[in-house]
Amino acid sequence: MAKNKKSSRQLEKFRATFFEECADRLGELEDILDALNDADKNTQAEMLDALFRSVHSIKGGAGAFDFITIVDLSQALEAALDHVRAGKVSLSKNVIGIIIEGRDLLAETVESEKSGKIIDTDKVLQLSEELSSLGNVMGPKTPTGTGPDVSKRPDTELPPTELKHYSIKFKPTARLFEAANDPLLLIRELRELGSLKTSIDTRQLPPLTKLNPLESYLMWTFELAGNMSVDDIKEVFEFVDDACALRIEQVDSDSNEGNNDNGDLTQTNTSEPSKAAPSSSPPTPAQPPTTVAKNVQPPATTSTAQKITSVRVDLDRIDTLVNMVGELVITQAMMEQYAAADNHLEADGFQRGVETMSSHMRDLQDSVMAVRMQPVKTVFSRMPRLARELSRKLGKKVNLVLKGEDTEVDKTIIELLADPLTHMIRNSLDHGIELPDVRTSAGKPAEAEIVLSADQRSGRIIIEVVDDGAGINRDRVFSKAVEQGIVAPDAALKPDEIDDLIFAPGFSTAEEVTDVSGRGVGMDVVRRSVQDLGGRVSVTSTPGQGAKFLMALPLTLAVMDGMIVKVGREKFILPLAIIIESLQPSKGEVETVMDRGRLIKHRGEFVPLISLATLFNDHSGISDPSEGLVVFVETGLGNILGLIVDKLLGQNQVVIKSLEENFLRIEGVSAATILGDGRVALILDVDGIENMVLPGRGLMPKNRRANLLQNEVSL
Amino acid sequence: MISNTDQSTQSPTPSSNLPDVIDADTGNTEFQFITFSIGSEDYGVDILAVREIIAWSSVTHLPNTKDYVRGVINLRGSILPVFDLRCRFGMGLTEATGTHVIIIVTVKGRLIGILADSVSQILMINESEISGVPESGLLVDQEYLGGFATSDTRMVALLDVECLFDPNILIESIEEARSAEMKVEESENSETEAPR
Repeated sequence: MAKNKKSSRQLEKFRATFFEECADRLGELEDILDALNDADKNTQAEMLDALFRSVHSIKGGAGAFDFITIVDLSQALEAALDHVRAGKVSLSKNVIGIIIEGRDLLAETVESEKSGKIIDTDKVLQLSEELSSLGNVMGPKTPTGTGPDVSKRPDTELPPTELKHYSIKFKPTARLFEAANDPLLLIRELRELGSLKTSIDTRQLPPLTKLNPLESYLMWTFELAGNMSVDDIKEVFEFVDDACALRIEQVDSDSNEGNNDNGDLTQTNTSEPSKAAPSSSPPTPAQPPTTVAKNVQPPATTSTAQKITSVRVDLDRIDTLVNMVGELVITQAMMEQYAAADNHLEADGFQRGVETMSSHMRDLQDSVMAVRMQPVKTVFSRMPRLARELSRKLGKKVNLVLKGEDTEVDKTIIELLADPLTHMIRNSLDHGIELPDVRTSAGKPAEAEIVLSADQRSGRIIIEVVDDGAGINRDRVFSKAVEQGIVAPDAALKPDEIDDLIFAPGFSTAEEVTDVSGRGVGMDVVRRSVQDLGGRVSVTSTPGQGAKFLMALPLTLAVMDGMIVKVGREKFILPLAIIIESLQPSKGEVETVMDRGRLIKHRGEFVPLISLATLFNDHSGISDPSEGLVVFVETGLGNILGLIVDKLLGQNQVVIKSLEENFLRIEGVSAATILGDGRVALILDVDGIENMVLPGRGLMPKNRRANLLQNEVSL
Repeated sequence: MISNTDQSTQSPTPSSNLPDVIDADTGNTEFQFITFSIGSEDYGVDILAVREIIAWSSVTHLPNTKDYVRGVINLRGSILPVFDLRCRFGMGLTEATGTHVIIIVTVKGRLIGILADSVSQILMINESEISGVPESGLLVDQEYLGGFATSDTRMVALLDVECLFDPNILIESIEEARSAEMKVEESENSETEAPR
């Protein structure tokens, strides 16, 4: 029983590996499919091979776990890809669309197997048929088609009546099993080609006591009859050919098809009766476009739902880590030696040791962080699809340009970036970009451009979404905001303040709710999720020329450079990145304005002056700026605040710890950290402080805390 | 007195250190509680909820929270809040010294510290010995009590920490301080304005 338990646990582990692998493969598929349309002929062929390999790996793995739906669907996908590869079907947008749909459904199926959810098998069946019949639907067309592929085919085509006999010897090496391939699946696949006789040679099998379970001892001999070519047989073994000994011989005459001919992968229609089996359904040429349009939602939901639990790391980075640890161990030994020596002369050496150690620690820290760094490509690559599908749906023409995809960000941030980015692209497409005829009449090219770029600037990652659409319609935004009770009708707002209203909670300009956007959960969600990541998002818009969304995010959520400030009894941390300067003003520099509190002049402009001691109800702190210090900080909205603190205690790198993990969010505090003496210090959230003192200016939902709590409770 | 109780409580199941034991004879469930004292009152928390007990160390105050939130401490890298139950139940702030203890309990995945004067004992009682909450008497809000038990002659109030530190209850510990702060800020402004 115990053994059973162990093996089931192992199986569970393999399952997890399989799903991870699937996620990787599906990602690959998505990437390739995205690029497929724009690639030239030669690369397309390579890409098709890559697609085929990925699908095949999924199929192989799924077969091992008896995930029949996945196997069937990937089989159908393979068949479709096969037809394309054979040149029977030209790679039109429609065909790519169907294949993409196939991939999405495959992703859904994988997800359903993983989570145990029930999937609509009819849909799978229907799409499988559609995919498999791809060749047949387009089949009649190809003879009249004009590709060079067509002329090449006849010489490999065989008369369907002629049966061929092959003798196949197959001896897998241990590597085949290491790669999780199963001979049984190969045999099953062979069987599909024609009538198959199998015999196994177990002569090399040693007695059980001497058996090495990691070794391979078996050899099979197959006799296959049917009207297939050598290549068809080879294709079955395509993914194991480096892990087995394989000999294919044609038994009856006709030996001009040598078995060492590797080059051509062409196939014939008649060679795979079984794969084409589902094609009995009537061809449905009108179906593909509509189903493609229907299927816009799933990729977004499935891709955001999955949570990454493992990371791929460059071996170099791990080597660096190991080296660093080695260095640390040496330093530790050195210090131990110094500590054990009882003369004080060694104190110098000890001091040096500490210095070396701290420099190693910092390197180590950087390297560990580097392990978590991932290129933003992983989220960016999902966007072209979204843009393409949405623009088709909306009847707009858009070219999405990606820049700086190799910029690296902490993986936790990457995961959380997908949703806001999707929203932003969606928003730009739906509200920003005009219809092609509107664009041409405005003197702009019919095809709009959205540039999505990532860049690393001074410890932050900057993500921009720039479109050349109509920009924000301020009159409409303002009147809508008044209508929805977000601002007072008589409020005098500056243009950029109006632009900022689109981030207000509940704000929506859509006249009717579409499934693209307009539910009123758009940009405010973006702002909130970006703020929860410790970042900020802003918009600048030029009417008629487009809008630019700018997202600034911390590179990592784990460590931050901070300034330790003292306020009364407590020490607080201010993020170094937002500090502009600090100074001790004279009394005369502070102005008091009715209703707006105290102001201080900073580089020619009056900015609000906030006493942290008063704000945090700590009367031991200084609230008179001329006695303490004023630290000027920039908030997420680009406003400047002057914070009164007792004094600055110095700069330190701090590890960010969650306060919400065991307690709740405190207004004006973003997180906590542990100082050198083991005590907790709170990290200040200047955006929160701005909102506390000047409510409404930040336009943050007042019930934000309640929302946060609700989220937590539901967790 | 305490040693006496220990013997009596341990004798039924001497070999077992399982916290909850089904008594073979009666079929009743036995519970173990850690009891602690706050002033003259004794409280108990389910031993399964208690993670560890540490000595009082200075806390970092959290701004704009009720008085009974003493602040946060660092427990080997986790940051957790410490609650002053004496203050929570309206008996004034505890003058915490090195002899005070923080009982760390796990509530719905959260770690929370309870400031107490001292830990008394482990109380092992039968389900049937837990009596209902009386109508009046203690200062504790009755909804946070799981019942009462008697240890020797003393009454122990069994706390329902799940309820006491429910996130929806915890939210009450944060003060809506904004309006009050603004008033202070304004009044200070007028003060600073006066000399000018």
